[in-house]
Amino acid sequence: MKLFRGSSGGTEAATPQPAPKLTRRSSGLGELSRVWESETPLTVLDLGSTSPANIRFFVERSHKIYSEDLLVASTEPHLVTKDEQGAVVLDSRRFLADNLVYPAAHFDVVLCWNLPDYLDESLVRPVMGRLWSVLKPGGMLLAFFHTKDAGPDSPCYRFHIVGKDVLEMQRIVLKREARRGPTGAIHTAINDGFRLQRVFNNRHIETLFRDFASIKFFLARDNVREVLVVR
Amino acid sequence: MSAPLSADLAQIGKSVVIKGELSGSEDLYVDGQVEGSIALKNNSLTVGPNGSVKATVEAKVIVVQGKLEGNVQATDRVDLRKSAVVTGDIATQRISIEEGAYLKGKVDIQGKSDKAAGK
Repeated sequence: MKLFRGSSGGTEAATPQPAPKLTRRSSGLGELSRVWESETPLTVLDLGSTSPANIRFFVERSHKIYSEDLLVASTEPHLVTKDEQGAVVLDSRRFLADNLVYPAAHFDVVLCWNLPDYLDESLVRPVMGRLWSVLKPGGMLLAFFHTKDAGPDSPCYRFHIVGKDVLEMQRIVLKREARRGPTGAIHTAINDGFRLQRVFNNRHIETLFRDFASIKFFLARDNVREVLVVR
Repeated sequence: MSAPLSADLAQIGKSVVIKGELSGSEDLYVDGQVEGSIALKNNSLTVGPNGSVKATVEAKVIVVQGKLEGNVQATDRVDLRKSAVVTGDIATQRISIEEGAYLKGKVDIQGKSDKAAGK
């Protein structure tokens, strides 16, 4: 697993401006579209930045949509603690006490987007464990992972669903108060966006989702692997 | 954006702090702090850019420019402006969300039949 957290780059950036949107096809989303079109109302959890497009997409189809931006939540200063070796980490118990608080087996679909690549190391496994428990058996989770060619400055995007298998991607520009992250300038945030924390290889991804029943990879041309897992 | 002024609009200024139950039959603009509950069955609530509301809210129309923490129910619509930070579940017939708004919670679009059935 390639880690990037040691490199520098925490300069103050100018006032955030709305970022332009890029369009990309998503095979994982296309696979999920069969689920959206079902007559049964679904319960969907979107873990990306609040997206009016996604909320509109699901409410128009009579599904229930929950929105929770875990990356921004991970920048809360009160999460900072130290482990047994004295290293600065984020308190995963506290994080899970404040976030992802849902009944077990509540969601049909979780849209994780690129969360695992940008989330602090100390939170990744606990969050994936919680997501397993809040997904219904047979429920699906979609996540995106950078390939080895991605660098630490790879921009973190928010994802807007605009079609059956089409996404608009918009670079996340953090609000000033969230930019430094909970543990300082270089830990979570870079300039005015989030820092890519690591690159998972296929084996790491399989380990991350080992409690799930099945995992399916989709390769894309933009240095991103899409992963669809089923609980 | 400044608050719309009208004869039937009550305003809570940004230095005002209220704890308890708020109810009424006129529109309310909150730019201060409110903690408790707000019930304006046939009127609108606007949380201004300096406003911070920690309450369950029932109103016809709810417009948020500031912070709102608590479950909200609007019989007509909810507007989250770009500076809105909302933590709580939203039940409404219609919703609009500007780019930049933050929402942590559920969006439940209810038809009139749902409300009549108390769903």
